[in-house]
Amino acid sequence: MMEITEGSHAVAEAVKFCRPQVIAAYPITPQTHIVEALAEYVANCELDAEYITVENEFSALSACIGASAAGSRTYSATTSQGLALMFEVCFNVAGMRLPIVMSIANRALGAPLSIWNDQQDSISLRDSGWLQFYAEDNQEATDLHYIAYRVAEESSVLLPAFVCFDGFILSHTYEPIDMLTQDDIDRFLPKYTPSERLDAADPISFGMYATPEYYHEFRYEMDRALKESKAIIHKAGKEFGQMFGRDYSAMVEGYRLEDAETAIVALGSICGTTKDAIDEMRDEGKKVGLLKIRVFRPFPTEDVAKALLHVKRVAVLDKNISLGAKGAVTLEVKDALYNSGIPVKGYIIGLGGRDVRKKDIKEIVALVEKGQGDMFYGLRTEVL
Amino acid sequence: MIDKNLELFDCGHRACGGCGAALAARLVTKAAGKDTIVVSATGCMEVFSTPYPETAWKVPWIHSLFENASAVASGIEASLKKQGRTEKVVIMAGDGATFDIGMICISGAFERGHDLTYICYDNEAYMNTGIQRSGATPYDASTTTSPAGKCSFGNKRPKKDMPQILAAHGAPYVATASIAYPADFMQKVEKAINTKGPCYVQVHAPCCTGWGFEGNQTVAIAKLAIETGLWVNFEMVDGKVVKAKKVVRKPVEEYLKTQKRFRHLFKPKRQDAEIAAIQAMADKNAEKYAIDIKLKKE
Repeated sequence: MMEITEGSHAVAEAVKFCRPQVIAAYPITPQTHIVEALAEYVANCELDAEYITVENEFSALSACIGASAAGSRTYSATTSQGLALMFEVCFNVAGMRLPIVMSIANRALGAPLSIWNDQQDSISLRDSGWLQFYAEDNQEATDLHYIAYRVAEESSVLLPAFVCFDGFILSHTYEPIDMLTQDDIDRFLPKYTPSERLDAADPISFGMYATPEYYHEFRYEMDRALKESKAIIHKAGKEFGQMFGRDYSAMVEGYRLEDAETAIVALGSICGTTKDAIDEMRDEGKKVGLLKIRVFRPFPTEDVAKALLHVKRVAVLDKNISLGAKGAVTLEVKDALYNSGIPVKGYIIGLGGRDVRKKDIKEIVALVEKGQGDMFYGLRTEVL
Repeated sequence: MIDKNLELFDCGHRACGGCGAALAARLVTKAAGKDTIVVSATGCMEVFSTPYPETAWKVPWIHSLFENASAVASGIEASLKKQGRTEKVVIMAGDGATFDIGMICISGAFERGHDLTYICYDNEAYMNTGIQRSGATPYDASTTTSPAGKCSFGNKRPKKDMPQILAAHGAPYVATASIAYPADFMQKVEKAINTKGPCYVQVHAPCCTGWGFEGNQTVAIAKLAIETGLWVNFEMVDGKVVKAKKVVRKPVEEYLKTQKRFRHLFKPKRQDAEIAAIQAMADKNAEKYAIDIKLKKE
């Protein structure tokens, strides 16, 4: 059913349909509307979950570890500083192979303090072993939660997942969304039945320490599971499409890319603006297309290479910067196209909530055509 | 009823001979029984009991990080409640994980009132990393980060009063215990587990390696701590001290001289003022908890 809903409320409703049994979260802008809405569902008996109001984000994710290990489907949500505070726990969750799903309302990291959007927070945890989904709009933000639980809980995966959607730009925006129903999701997402859990009837030890004889292999198995999750994502996304008409089987999505000479690569809400800019450029006769990356971890290297092999040049938009190097997406795309001879230029854009407009996208296309890139786009040189 | 023959903390673990903490783990599992989930913080106990792929724990056990055992336990308790399961949740953490790095998580868990039992095995320093001072290290103890030297008598501060801090959170049951009095310790653990809400038991667990004594002296030294009034075994119910073990007190130096961590108080020369300061702490304990047994005059 189509509803005009705020992104955060839509996400909260989607989470409710996933029937999490334990929620532990701590408020932080711009994630708050999600956890407030979930608290209301619990208070009104619309969601039968234990809701732990923890004292900070570090404890939020730590409580999720306990709940997940004890056998419950578990959920949290955070952003920015909260996610940074969870850094240690994030690696732990993945290492313990607990399929926790967490919404990230993407926000910049301080200092200087910024409550506004970029994707530095989740990108900075790219090496932690979590799957990372990025939503272009609020429809995708809701749907990706169902996909995330399905994939994370698959016995061959058993890894946690971030569902990332841009703070304010999506989280606080009202959009028409086709909300599924509880019955729909009950058909798509089976009850969580972990094969191993903390249980007095069958005692096992979780989270032991590993000597150099074992640690290396633990990391290998995580990497393997993450890479093999690509097939699971494909399967779950396809099944979702067959059931509800929106196909998420592909980890990347092209837009007017088939005959494009210039490709823009991006993730998140910036893809919407880019599509509009592309339509206008196409009207002017420019052969420009978009490759949207929906899943950043595992990184769909082969899919990216395949989708871009025919283009003459690539402009990658990064709402993050690995300071002293390049944007994280740029580095991945350069890796995917290594030896192809296709020039790839990166553009750091929209950090800390700086608005990205259609004209910015057009300017970047002009820059990449001139071979100019690997730069901070739109610097206000007067304040430097 | 405690089944004293129940062994749920298995032999073959890597603890030092004479480890007070290992004894504490064995006693806790006896008192808690099979229907228990144990949460460990990073530390000696976690390391010596679970080198992958081996484990000494015959109850379900989990370790996540150094500072988050209380938060992990909160999540377990919530999950069990949701599932209608009845296992008890018991945290076992050292003094560093309790007094210092885990303080926020403990405060949060106790404030929220989860039904869990927190056992702090207190060996009065960071033993796993090589005997560094913690907030539980006693006054004048020499550790690797509070070494006694030409212008230092070791640790400059007395122990943090964790039992009072947790009692102030509204914990219904708070107790201190000693591995030298196993029956008393097990009873306290059992009481904590059977009291609804967050309960705390702090057990004195001497560390032969860190304190500097022979492994066959662990129990004797723990006993001396009680007998000198430097450690008081007490129980608090709803924030009030209801019971404390009474003793015929011995002078503190009988305890201090048994351990290398206090050696600088006696050699190369006796430090009377420092020993007197420690004696004053024991006297204050004795007064606060009314532990002195007055002997009849001959």
